[in-house]
Amino acid sequence: MSIKREKFIRLTLTYLVILVMFAIILYPLAWIVGSSFNPGQSLSGSSIIPKNATLAHYKELFDLNQSAYLHWYWNSLKVSVATMLLTVILVSFTAYSFSRYRFVGRKNGLLTFLVLQMIPNFAALIAIFILAMMTKLIDTHLGLILVYAGGQIPMNTWLMKGYLDTIPKELDESAKMDGAGHLRIFFQIVMPLATPIISVVALFSFIAPFADFIIASILLRTEKKYTLAVGLYDMVAKQFGAEFTTFAAGAVLIAVPIAILFLSFQRYFVSGLTAGGTKG
Amino acid sequence: MSKGSYPTKHQRNALILSIIPGLGQLYHKQYLKGISFLVLAASFFIVFRDLLNMGLWGLITLGEKPFRDHSVFLLVEGILALIVVVFGLGFYLFNLRDAYKNGQKRDEGERLSNIKEQYRNLIDNGFPYLIMSPGFLLLVFVVIFPILFVVLLAFTNYDLYHSPPAKLVDWVGFKNFLDIFKIDIWRQTFFSVLGWTLVWTFVATTFQVALGVFLAIIVNQKDVKGKAIIRTVFILPWAVPAFVSILVFAGMFNETFGTINKDIIAFFGIEPIKWMTEPLYTRIALIMIQSWLGFPFIFAMTTGVLQSIPEELYEAATVDGASSFQKFKNITLPLVLFATAPILITQYTFNFNNFNLIYLFNGGGPALPGSNAGGTDILISWIYRLTMTSAQYSKAAAITMLLSLIVISVALWQFKRTKSFQEEDMM
Repeated sequence: MSIKREKFIRLTLTYLVILVMFAIILYPLAWIVGSSFNPGQSLSGSSIIPKNATLAHYKELFDLNQSAYLHWYWNSLKVSVATMLLTVILVSFTAYSFSRYRFVGRKNGLLTFLVLQMIPNFAALIAIFILAMMTKLIDTHLGLILVYAGGQIPMNTWLMKGYLDTIPKELDESAKMDGAGHLRIFFQIVMPLATPIISVVALFSFIAPFADFIIASILLRTEKKYTLAVGLYDMVAKQFGAEFTTFAAGAVLIAVPIAILFLSFQRYFVSGLTAGGTKG
Repeated sequence: MSKGSYPTKHQRNALILSIIPGLGQLYHKQYLKGISFLVLAASFFIVFRDLLNMGLWGLITLGEKPFRDHSVFLLVEGILALIVVVFGLGFYLFNLRDAYKNGQKRDEGERLSNIKEQYRNLIDNGFPYLIMSPGFLLLVFVVIFPILFVVLLAFTNYDLYHSPPAKLVDWVGFKNFLDIFKIDIWRQTFFSVLGWTLVWTFVATTFQVALGVFLAIIVNQKDVKGKAIIRTVFILPWAVPAFVSILVFAGMFNETFGTINKDIIAFFGIEPIKWMTEPLYTRIALIMIQSWLGFPFIFAMTTGVLQSIPEELYEAATVDGASSFQKFKNITLPLVLFATAPILITQYTFNFNNFNLIYLFNGGGPALPGSNAGGTDILISWIYRLTMTSAQYSKAAAITMLLSLIVISVALWQFKRTKSFQEEDMM
């Protein structure tokens, strides 16, 4: 009897905690979705389930004459994809050389990368700002992509080198015997085996620019060139109460696709991360 | 055969000749190599002469006449000149070494490699350098260069009142660092910001970790139904991009229309709380938000670890008469902490530099009277504020250096403990 009772209490408490957490997690999400359907620009007198729900805010966002939202969306995707491609290419090359070759400066290079990955690259934001002004890369996406990709190199090189080290060297040695050149070994033997880590690196280097606010807010000056993070913040900071419902619609349009993508790839993501974390 | 006792003196001759790059190689009758070294060295001086001249002069003086000399640009050119010098020296040393090594070979009577072999050697030894160079170059310009710039800037007086082109910037030695510790307002602000940064890092991170581990453990109980749905919902805060959630929270905590004051607190009959204007409440809100944002990551990790603990361990413990609490304390917790420890430490360093949350929620505010930092500014957001709003560039640079020092020492300590650092072949 007492064991049964103990179990009952334990389970009740468990479900209670889970229920409270559900409320805490879902309330903000429900609130922002509700706000995005509320008529009018401000939230005064609004409720989570709006009485006369409207799609007006979504229409406004999709209208290029009224808002630059679609530009921001496009910019964010463009910058993130470009950073991802550039990072994956550069990191594969650097990680491969560090993993497979023994050359003068290798040890110091690795140590430098180790130290560099610890300092967030936005710590030097004054320098990035001034440098961008001098090179006329301010307010360009090219400048932003270069800064992002450069900042991604040290950490991801270490991550990928750790993985490449686990691919047996005998494979490339026997290929060399058979007369394969350096590039051929790289592209046809090692890289195909490294696809799991390549996808982790790709994911990291896609997410980081997408979520970054600080560097984009320093470098980008004109509204049309903003990325989503900067644009949404601007929308909020300019006149918070006044445009909140439109902001809410914008937030929903980012959160939903990303969340769906994330949840469907979650399993791979978590295992990749733990693998990288323990190997790193 | 001891050194210097060869009948020929090729080694010495080549080394001396190579003071002018290429001559040593020509002496070894490696004509193509020698000529290309000569051409490289000559073009290095022709191309970079102006930059080196101007840059190094600028780096030392930081300009002499306002309007004609722009100190900051001179500083940038100076660093570029330094980088070029480093590359030049590298090439020069390589040239000397090459001449010396080949001289040694000739002294020992060995045959030097011919052009074809030199080409093969170049490809084999040069390949790693070749494929690394694009990434390395980018790294030099967007990471190493800015760091050097900030380091140098910390020793100047660049601020609103010493702003080129109307004014010159000067070297001031350690004045910025001394000011931070000597001038009352700087010292007080620095230590209060540092104090909050540490409290924030510690409390927010510990909270999110504890919550994540706790939830993972209770959801993982055998008799809990609907695990798949529970886990999906618990992952949701991680799935939504953080900057979106933070801005949404900024709306929820807003004092005029936010739902927290208007609906939730009112429901319990409590007076509206000044979330955005009272530093203490802003801090509490920040910690709650970070827990919301951060626990799913820990939850997912811990769930993974829990599922990998073999069931036999618990069965054996039950046979031995262990209570559920003993099982938790002696089996679950140590295993979870052991497996997630490296990730936990990165969570601390992440929050230490969690600019996005602090800045997007309330801009580091509310403003404090008599201080140039906001009530919730952490070091990194204070640096941003000093740079972007009050143009205190040199102070910001000095604080950046102090911050980097903290981060690097913590991270080095962490890396010393991780496996990859101890592996034989890491280096």
